[in-house]
Amino acid sequence: MKYYLLVDFGSTFTKLTAVDLEKEDIISTSKAITTVDTDITEGYEKALGLLRENLGYDIKFDKVIACSSAAGGLKMAAIGLVEELTVEAAKRVCLGAGAKVELVLSHNINKSEVQSIIDKNIDIILLAGGTNGGNSECVIHNATQLAKSNVKAPIVFAGNKDAADTIEEILSTGKKDFYICENVMPRLNVLNIDSAKNQIKEIFVKNIIEAKGIKKIEQEIDQVILPTPNAVLLAAELLSKGYDDEIGLGDLMITDVGGATTDMYSMGYGYPKQSNVVLRGLDEPFAKRTVEGDLGMRYSAIGIVDSMSHGEVTHWNKQGIDIVTEAVNRRKHIEFIPKTEHDYKVEDILASKCIDTATSRHVGILEGVYTPLGMMYYQLGKDLTTSNYIIGTGGVVISSDNPVKMLKNAIQNPSKTMELRPKAPQYLLDKDYILSAMGLLSLEQPEIALRIMKRRIVEIREND
Amino acid sequence: MKSIVIGVIGADVHAVGNQIIEYTLTKAGYNVVNVGVLSSQEDFINAAIETSARLILVSSLYGHGELDCRGMREKCNEAGLDNVLLYVGGNIVVGKQDFTEVEKRFKDMGFDRVYPPGTTIDDVLDQIKADLGE
Repeated sequence: MKYYLLVDFGSTFTKLTAVDLEKEDIISTSKAITTVDTDITEGYEKALGLLRENLGYDIKFDKVIACSSAAGGLKMAAIGLVEELTVEAAKRVCLGAGAKVELVLSHNINKSEVQSIIDKNIDIILLAGGTNGGNSECVIHNATQLAKSNVKAPIVFAGNKDAADTIEEILSTGKKDFYICENVMPRLNVLNIDSAKNQIKEIFVKNIIEAKGIKKIEQEIDQVILPTPNAVLLAAELLSKGYDDEIGLGDLMITDVGGATTDMYSMGYGYPKQSNVVLRGLDEPFAKRTVEGDLGMRYSAIGIVDSMSHGEVTHWNKQGIDIVTEAVNRRKHIEFIPKTEHDYKVEDILASKCIDTATSRHVGILEGVYTPLGMMYYQLGKDLTTSNYIIGTGGVVISSDNPVKMLKNAIQNPSKTMELRPKAPQYLLDKDYILSAMGLLSLEQPEIALRIMKRRIVEIREND
Repeated sequence: MKSIVIGVIGADVHAVGNQIIEYTLTKAGYNVVNVGVLSSQEDFINAAIETSARLILVSSLYGHGELDCRGMREKCNEAGLDNVLLYVGGNIVVGKQDFTEVEKRFKDMGFDRVYPPGTTIDDVLDQIKADLGE
């Protein structure tokens, strides 16, 4: 085996990355508009033509692997019992599987909530609730509600194991497509992601790919196996942990500012770094992903200005930038491409705000408590203060002329002292946009994928 | 296995007694759900909901127990835990107060059992078993 082709069916572009395994390098990349509404093969063939043109010769690939976030990606509903506990655990499983969490439901669900699952075209439902040996009434109620309904989406049950048999009966009587997995929270505050996550991935391959019109391309492709964010998570974890004797980069963060969402990834356990800090709440996964659906450069541009204070808007106005109008225009014209210096400046401002806000929501926070033994702190979430690297990916960061300045919005900030943001990281840029491709490659060739990433994801400095 | 939620309430970091309680109750055959030190009322209640616990055992050693426990029964009722048993023990008030008075105040707040300073977990094990119908 010599040549691998890695395909990413994105919401806008179908991106191709060709890898020469012997040279351990990327030999060419190309992209074309995704054509999921008509026939997805059209866009793929076009990109393939461009790739061959770039190379200047016809190439036979020994293996083609693809990931996809086309046709809205993988939309999931997370159902649990208590918001801070099983609901949160269910959400994390969905995010870890590369899904978009479109709907979050807690406690006993009612008819209108069930209807919202249908209205929102949810692809997969994750049903959790109760620790093992704990509450089972709630999941049984919720399974009954689903069984009675017209919900067609597959249901992954990952709640209290004591209820599993009853749930199986209820859902098979209701003729639902369902799967029984290990509990996402077997004991209080213990997170168990893998079983449900793998099941979701399997369903994604089996059902969702077909439903999204991507199945047509199967003759050309050996495997369409992952939702794109999941491929990025795999790449990030490999880059952080290393493989065999090829060492990794240690704790790191990745920001991906896209058109519709801003995704943040952190690799690291994030335990407290000081002795007067007590860790609270649910376990955090080593590889954590959060998605901000209200922060994006085009579809969600309005959300960015909504998250700005009045003062910020005025500040930009005084510099001659009507940031609100700029955001509205970008939302109206999602195909907008910056051309002038002014356009680029506005892109910088919006992307910086995305990174700042998304970081605030991703990192752990400290909360002070006065005790008879002096000041103590609760830590909720991950302590990322000692992260070694922040990696920028996504079009706006890659094309910025000062990406470091943009990425610096993720580090410690005197006005946000209680947020556990990285203190003094180094900055890296995924300039060729290879993270998802390397995630796919890592499934079969982890060592080569790691070496390519270490070489191709380059260090950047301010005003470099 | 019956679940019991234990923990130390409020801005209280006394961790040793908490560990002894966990050890003793586990040995007695209970599924002990320990929310640990510095726990809020919500931490206890959320844990009890997810684990279907029948008993919440609140410890407080630093004298602010009365403030920290206020409203807990109401929150339990709100969360659907109307039948959960609430115990409290430790040094639950400041200074040398008459314990009958203290006990009455906590019972008025909705606690089922109120233990004076110096009570060990072994002393109350039989009472726990009886209350849980064993």
